[in-house]
Amino acid sequence: MSKVIKILGTGCPKCKTMTSLVQDVVSENNIDASIEKVEDIEEIMKFNVMSTPALVIDNVITIKGRIPSKDEVLSLLN
Amino acid sequence: MFDWIQHLADWFVYNILNLNKGQHLAEALNFFIYDTVKILILLFVIIFFMGIVNSYFPIDKVKNYLSRNKLYGLEYLMASLFGVVTPFCSCSSVPLFIGFVRGGIPLGVTFAFLITSPLVNEVAIGLFIGLFGVKTTIIYVISGILLGTISGVILQKLKLETYLTPWVKGVLANAQKEQESFIAEKKSLKERLPIIWDEVLNILKGVIPYVIVGIAIGGLMHGYIPEGFFEKYMAKDNLFAVPIATILAVPMYSNASGILPVAQVLVAKGIPLGTAIAFMMGVVGLSLPEAMLLKKVMTLKLIGIFFGVVTLCIIISGYLFNIIL
Repeated sequence: MSKVIKILGTGCPKCKTMTSLVQDVVSENNIDASIEKVEDIEEIMKFNVMSTPALVIDNVITIKGRIPSKDEVLSLLN
Repeated sequence: MFDWIQHLADWFVYNILNLNKGQHLAEALNFFIYDTVKILILLFVIIFFMGIVNSYFPIDKVKNYLSRNKLYGLEYLMASLFGVVTPFCSCSSVPLFIGFVRGGIPLGVTFAFLITSPLVNEVAIGLFIGLFGVKTTIIYVISGILLGTISGVILQKLKLETYLTPWVKGVLANAQKEQESFIAEKKSLKERLPIIWDEVLNILKGVIPYVIVGIAIGGLMHGYIPEGFFEKYMAKDNLFAVPIATILAVPMYSNASGILPVAQVLVAKGIPLGTAIAFMMGVVGLSLPEAMLLKKVMTLKLIGIFFGVVTLCIIISGYLFNIIL
């Protein structure tokens, strides 16, 4: 089943790092997933996070406020 | 405690590079090596320690605490104290603001947090100890906390809710005390350490270039600007020095890591410490990029009032420093 990945962030450097890291993990491991970058603050606040960047997988917040390692993202996606 | 770093710097500059004592280049280089090594060690220790504290007091816990407990006026101080232990990223200020408002936390308390958080953080503390010593650091930290607390109280008194942007007013109307229970992660310190460690490295990686450039500029100034150079322009009895330094600083955007090493040299060369601290607080605490971000949640008028009150408090504390120190 295809996973829906959302990255919440208002466009700071950390959020960009997280986005490219997640993109790398997905393409390197041929994971069936769509990646969406959510930059609109009203949208972000619907997830009730207070620290960005946040990683949302299938509508569940998995990481917030920090940049994860590739291994961590991979294990979250599996 | 740091004698060995001085020996290391002496040995490297005078023995390995074979430069002569008293030469401008030798002195500047010696200063650069000593400061860089010392500050990186201090930064590492402080960031690591704060990382541990923060791991046990994540922002959600802070919010729930402030939202649930009635603190009879102490909530401003608490918010300010929490601001110290929470690492601040300007891009998180808006989500944080909304999160607090949604949790039913008064606007003034939210401001207290938003003011102290960038002003007193792990990077600033590490640099301050390295550059100005422990005593000045304690004074800086306490005044940063008081500044956030007092500005928060003032901003609350001004009843600024009407100046929020419409959608934030909507959030405010639906604010609930403690709507979702926060599930604290039950992890041992051992399980937390890898994550804290990664954060420490990330923060260090982010600030090292600024620290090095800042110290390099400081080193050059240290070697080439004569002692007491600034005294004639910014003497203690010059009443305009503090406000001018603060107002110049507010639009500037730099993190503590770049500006502090330079400020230290300015102080060594004759600028009063209070004036320098006011300048630093203005640079670190308020900036144009932050104002742009806040436009999402506040009207321009509110941003103006917010910046105005904080600027005023910074100027007052600058004067106080010059009187006390």
